[in-house]
Formats: sequence, structure tokens, C-alpha cells
Amino acid sequence: MNHTGALVSARGLTKIYEGPPEHVAVGGIDFDVRRGEAFGFLGPNGAGKSTTMRMIGCVSPRSGGELTILGHDAARDRRTIKARLGSVPQDDTLDTELTVEENILIYGRYFGLRRDVIRERTDRLLEFARLTDKRASRVQDLSGGMRRRLTIARSLVNEPDLLLLDEPTTGLDPQARHLLWERLFRLKQDGVTLILTTHYMDEAEQLCDRLAVMDGGRIVAHGSPRELIERYVTREVLELRFPLDRHEQAAEKARGIGERIEVLPDRLLCYTSDGEAALEEAGRRGLDPLTALVRRSGLEDVFLTLTGRTLIE
Amino acid sequence: MSVPAVHEFGYWWHRYRRTWRGTAVISIANPLLFVTALGFGLGRLVDERNSAYLHGGSYLAFIGPGLLAASAMQMGFIHGSGPVFQSARVGGNYRAAVTTPMEPSDIFTGHLLFTAFRATLDSAAILLVLLVFGAASPAALPGAVLTALAFATPISAYAVSTDRPAKLSALFRFVIMPLYMFSGTFFPAEQLPGPLRALVWLSPLWHGTELCRGSGPIVIHVLVLLALIVAGYLAGRRSYTRRLTA
Repeated sequence: MNHTGALVSARGLTKIYEGPPEHVAVGGIDFDVRRGEAFGFLGPNGAGKSTTMRMIGCVSPRSGGELTILGHDAARDRRTIKARLGSVPQDDTLDTELTVEENILIYGRYFGLRRDVIRERTDRLLEFARLTDKRASRVQDLSGGMRRRLTIARSLVNEPDLLLLDEPTTGLDPQARHLLWERLFRLKQDGVTLILTTHYMDEAEQLCDRLAVMDGGRIVAHGSPRELIERYVTREVLELRFPLDRHEQAAEKARGIGERIEVLPDRLLCYTSDGEAALEEAGRRGLDPLTALVRRSGLEDVFLTLTGRTLIE
Repeated sequence: MSVPAVHEFGYWWHRYRRTWRGTAVISIANPLLFVTALGFGLGRLVDERNSAYLHGGSYLAFIGPGLLAASAMQMGFIHGSGPVFQSARVGGNYRAAVTTPMEPSDIFTGHLLFTAFRATLDSAAILLVLLVFGAASPAALPGAVLTALAFATPISAYAVSTDRPAKLSALFRFVIMPLYMFSGTFFPAEQLPGPLRALVWLSPLWHGTELCRGSGPIVIHVLVLLALIVAGYLAGRRSYTRRLTA
């Protein structure tokens, strides 16, 4: 363990893909992940989240900076580190021709685990992933949500200290996502440290104790979801929609309502401590929106404030 | 060789256990067809002419080891191209293995070990058929396995880094097929016109074929094939690492 007591510690971590053209995927980031927490990288596609995860997973060598994982240097002690990691990559790497059970067996063997140990753990893992009755099914017959749960179950076969999840719920329907969140929450309660990437606000808010907001290969802010919201945005947001031809004109008229106005292609966001009062003010100025919504501000607003862009474009 | 490589062998073994019956039928039926058509059909025609190039032997005895070596080359291509390419793709087996304590070189070594195992098994099956017809000697087996690996190793090194399957079919069409035709499989290489006869030395398959026939400078044949395996192995360690841990 290093001096900060962190499970993962990065200083000036950099990843440059040699060109041409040269591409700086991660441009010198610092972060610490503490034992037992759920730490999230939040950002749009191309922000450098997956590259960071691949570096933590020891499948992508860093170009510069320091990266210490479980007290070991990520470049020097890859085998030792990987033996204690669980990894759920963005794309499922299951063998679709083999059965659910066989996939866990093969993967467990890669860790050098004995067959009887794997078999005994498989019972528990399948129960955890709610796949017990699919034990002998081929992976090609499973739904997307089941495959994701199997990938997570498989990643736990070595009883890892640290679980890496790269966009765990991308492409799943809402029901499958909620089931997955519930399972991940249970893992966290069992003391497994989680690091995950996501471009979903709700996922970050539900699962993560602390977040690093990434954009363009850099961390633009970090803190707990609550801290980030308090630090960067007002308590409430008034969302106004207008017919597209009156959109710009309305934006002009709305200037000065609340503390700050954000003009999106399809709507206006007024950041304010009192949404209802802002709505009244809009009415006094003769604004006549198609729809008006007062809501609490969230991480989406934090990201918008920090980068001027929405997360999912 | 590092121990984790055994686990990659184990993966391919696990898959093979489910499908070996089908492949065994092909391994026996294929040489049976070739030996019947070429050895007995074409062979009768050839033997009547009593060609000096056969040095008094029958065409069947000539083509037997030739078919064995050519099949070994094909095995080398088949195992070194498609499965390697598929496994290295997004979602493939290599992508799963590399997230575990397995390193790219373990994955490469383990997969090659399995190819060597398959080549031994399948060559032995072909040899068994040839033996029944008196068309080869059991001493040809090591030559066949060496031939398979001399192709599988460099081809794996290439296939892991390629991005399109079309490149692998081009390799088959423009390298494997010409070698098949002009490496002394169907007719003795001495029959080729002068300049081409020298070129045959560049063909790994010719060295493999000669080795299976037990003719010519055996040490040189072995060294050429070993050189290909070593060069392919060194290249493969690099290309596997580059592709799987970018």
C-alpha cells in the first residue's frame, strides 16, 4: 500500500497513441480510489474513460506519469495486479459457442484456479447473477442483460479486490439496468471496490460515491455527486422550450433571468435558486414557452457548466 | 515456456472436445479420397510411362508423403489464420484472456501448443491411411508436424495484427496455393525448368515434403523449417503484444 492508502493512485497519468496522427487519449490525470468505495469516471464518448480503465486493468501500457494499483506499479507487476482484479470490458468477451458454466470455467482456469474451486464458486456466482437456471445454456441464446450479468459473474471468479466496469449498462433496457445496479450495489456492500465508467447521469448518481468528470482526456472536476452539484450549479433549473423559429428571440429576452442562462439547440436552461420565481419572471417578460419545467439540478448540469456540452449528443 | 500458456491450450482443448468427432471424419476421409484418386487413378497412368523422375518407385509411394506434407501446410494455415483473427477481434477469446494474469505471449504460446497438438493428431490420422496403402513411412510424422508449425507460427503472427479477413484469403490464394502446386507434391521438383528448380529451395513446403519423403539433405530441411518457426515466434510475441495491449 502506498502512502495515500489508496487502492489505485494515478499522478500525471498519460496515454498517447503514436500517430499518424498522434492522439492524446489521456492527457495527464491525477486521482485516488479508496478501499470500499465506488468511483466513477463520467464523461462523453471519446473523453478518455475507457483508455483510463484499460490502463488500470493493465491491458494498456501508460505513456507517462505514475500508476499504482493495489500497491504495485502497473507497468512492472502486471500479473500480480491482474490476479486481484475483476474486469468487465465495454464489449462482452464471452465465448458465445460455450455454455454459461463453461465460460466461467475457462476464465477461472486463466487465473490458475483449480477446477473444483471454480465449480464451487460457479454455484454462488450464478445465483448472484440470477443465471442459475441458464447454467447449461449456450451464451448465444442469452439476452444482452443476461450476458452482461454473466460477464460480471465471471469477473468475480477470482474474488477480486477491485472490480473494473467499463460502461456496464450501455445498450441495456431500463429493467435490465435496474437489476444490474441492484447487483452492483450489493457487491459494494460486500466490500468490493468498484471503478466504473458511464455517460449516464442517473447511473453515476445512483452508484458512485465519488466521481471524476472527464472531457477531452482530462479530469475537469471531481468530488461526490452532491459536492459537484453544490459547487458548480444552482439548486434548481428552469427549462423552457419554444417553437424553433422563436428560439433565438426567446433566448435574447430571457437574458438575466436567474443566475445564468444556458442556450441549447432545443431549449433554454435558467440556473436559479428558485425555479418558480424564475418562471414568474419569464411570464412578466412576455415569454410564452411551449413547455416549462422546474427541476432540481443534477450531474448533467454540472457537465454542461464545465464543458459547455451535453453528455450524450 | 511459461506455465500460464497451458491455460490457453486448455481453452482450445475444451472447444475441440466438443467437435473432435466431426474433424476426425474429415481427417480420415480427405486423405482417403486423395490417395484413391491420385495414387490409384492418376498413379496407374503415370506408372505405365515408367518415369525416370520417380527413380523406380510407384506414383502412389511418391504422392503419399507429398499429400501428407501439403495437408500439414494447410493445417498450419487453417489453425494459424481464422481462429487467431477471430480471437483477437473485439469480443474474442484473446480479449478475455488478456484481462486475467495471462500475458499476450502466454496466449500466443498456448495457442501454438494446441496447433502443434492438432497437427500431430491429424497428421497421424492421415499417415494411418497412407500406411494402409503402403504409401508412406511412419518416420514422416515429425516432418509433417514441423511443416505445420513452420506455417502456423508466422501466419499466426500476421493474422493477429490484421484487420480484415480478406488479407488472409489473399494469403491463401497467392502464397499457399502456388506452394501447393509447385513444391514437389504432385510431381518431382526436378521436373521444373532450370530457374524454377532453384526457386523451389525457397518453398518451405518443398523442404517439408522432402523431409516427409526422407530424401535430400535432411538437416537443411529441418533447419529451414525451424528457422521459420523461430522467426515466426519472435515476430508473434511482438505482434500479439502490440495488438492485445495497445
